[in-house]
Amino acid sequence: MKRIAIEPVTRVEGHGKVTILLDAQNRVKQARLHIVEFRGFERFIQGRLFWEVPVIVQRLCGICPVSHHLAGAKAMDQIVGGENLTPTAEKVRRLMHYGQTLQSHALHFFHLCSPDLLFGFDADPAIRNVIGVAAKYPELAVQGVMLRKYGQEIIKVTAGKKIHGTGAIPGGVNKNVSIAERDALLKDLDQNVTWARSALKLAKDYTVEHLETLAPFGSFDSNHLSLVRADGAMDLYHGNLKAIDAAGKAIFDQVDYQNYLDYIAEEVRPWSYMKFPFIKSLGPENGWYRVGPLARLNTAKFIDTPEAEAARKEFVAVTDGKPNNITMAYHWARLIELLHSVEKIKELLHDPDLQGTDLVVKGERRNEGIGLIEAPRGTLFHHYKVNENDQITMANLIVSTTNNNEPMNRAVQRVAADHISGKPEVTEGLLNHVEVAIRAYDPCLSCATHALGKMPLVVELVDCEGKLVDRRAKG
Amino acid sequence: MGKGGRRVLVIGYGNPGRLDDGLGPAFARELERAGLPGVTVDADYQLAVEDAQAVAEHEVVVFVDASLTAPEPFTFRRIEANAGGQFSSHIVEPEGVLALAQQLFGATTEAYVLGIRGYVFDEFGETISEQAQANLAAALAFLERVIGEGSFSEAAKS
Repeated sequence: MKRIAIEPVTRVEGHGKVTILLDAQNRVKQARLHIVEFRGFERFIQGRLFWEVPVIVQRLCGICPVSHHLAGAKAMDQIVGGENLTPTAEKVRRLMHYGQTLQSHALHFFHLCSPDLLFGFDADPAIRNVIGVAAKYPELAVQGVMLRKYGQEIIKVTAGKKIHGTGAIPGGVNKNVSIAERDALLKDLDQNVTWARSALKLAKDYTVEHLETLAPFGSFDSNHLSLVRADGAMDLYHGNLKAIDAAGKAIFDQVDYQNYLDYIAEEVRPWSYMKFPFIKSLGPENGWYRVGPLARLNTAKFIDTPEAEAARKEFVAVTDGKPNNITMAYHWARLIELLHSVEKIKELLHDPDLQGTDLVVKGERRNEGIGLIEAPRGTLFHHYKVNENDQITMANLIVSTTNNNEPMNRAVQRVAADHISGKPEVTEGLLNHVEVAIRAYDPCLSCATHALGKMPLVVELVDCEGKLVDRRAKG
Repeated sequence: MGKGGRRVLVIGYGNPGRLDDGLGPAFARELERAGLPGVTVDADYQLAVEDAQAVAEHEVVVFVDASLTAPEPFTFRRIEANAGGQFSSHIVEPEGVLALAQQLFGATTEAYVLGIRGYVFDEFGETISEQAQANLAAALAFLERVIGEGSFSEAAKS
């Protein structure tokens, strides 16, 4: 037997590695995705003052710091008894979050996934990258860059700055959106709506045209989990927990996330540092679930913005109204959310509450706070305990990637079995098939450091005795 | 502004919550404090695709990052555009940003990387080690001089 490892070798924790174990006939015996997640953050934050949390937690991730900022702030709202935010505070936070979702989804789709979709999964890696997209589809590439930039500008206005934003504070926000800031954002809004529409069309057309190939690719039936609004609508900022099974039957619905520990548990497996969450009532074998855009499209009864709702109906029609369990449909779902985010941004920018001056509320002090948010990659849990000296004594975070741990492993197993098993030679293109499935989720690799000196993606062939048979560096 | 009126962009990046990985943002903070005329300073956790547009608006860009391998106290080198190997949306390299700037925005920007040697990365923490701080100070003095003289290419050769 021999072992294949797809491993970005970097110097610190927080990286992904795929190992595929083949027998002498190159049949896949085992395929696993290991996320070497760095759990030290939960320890690091102990002893810090609770009001520091929304700022400090942003250092978990350079791509979605706003999601951690807002989830941390929502948990701290509980500590200060300020969870019933003023209209201005809630709308400023929502604007920040939709800006975050817009920039993250744009980055994910254009930068990470479009090369696979536009050039093919096994195209020459020399062109199958974002620069290749820029060369062949420059207009599309510019749209991707500018959509992301617009989302970043919204974050800068609402969070105060790109790095270490301080906008959300326990019980509210520390600034509103001025008329001048609003007008600056409105100036580019319509152009971004147009780009969002065309990006969604690209994702939809691609998925529909290639449905026969994509439907089985890394796919499997699964449960789905997300927050939903009280009326069942998609809500990326706040709501109650809902989980459905692969056929669409509710496992639970409208669960107050303050009680998440009654419904969700985490399993530890010896071969991975990252835990495997599951729905308690179903147990670890059957209770694992997917989160993120696909799950949200499946759990939501409707979307409360017109263009995204029309797109949702088209999405649902493909599976005759049943939950969509196609892994590659994540991209289509993601682009529906991107358009929804732009629609919500438009709605909010025309809301005079953004210029309100009532920014913070406080109530009865508590010693425990739980904040959940629908981060771009899925449901994000922040849970803290605070002592009488205002210091954090306990932190528990379940990030989107952890929620998707089992599904990503299933996707890797399915693709390895379908596309690699029995092949006489495992080419770069075949290995990229595995990465394509992982990229549908885009695991957050714990946002370790990215300093100069890190090595590129490395593929290693190792026999069953651990001897290195072959080694290939990507990039 | 650099000598000869060239517009200079300095981007310091890294995670300030990861000890010496915060060298880039710390450098940006110090350089901004120096208030060099015509020099745009930016800081972020990591490089991103939209940095390509900002790069294209300048004649010279200096990417400042921590380095595990650079000789002490820092290295300064010119880079050329290169798509590079990109595995995730969480990693964008300076050569990739430059390539995008050229492809999408017709940039002719000269690009350099200032890699400041760091030592401690593997834990969460907000302090920069003593030796890395010394390296940062040396790098800061160096780049301020280079900007003042407009001697980027000469400095990269030496």
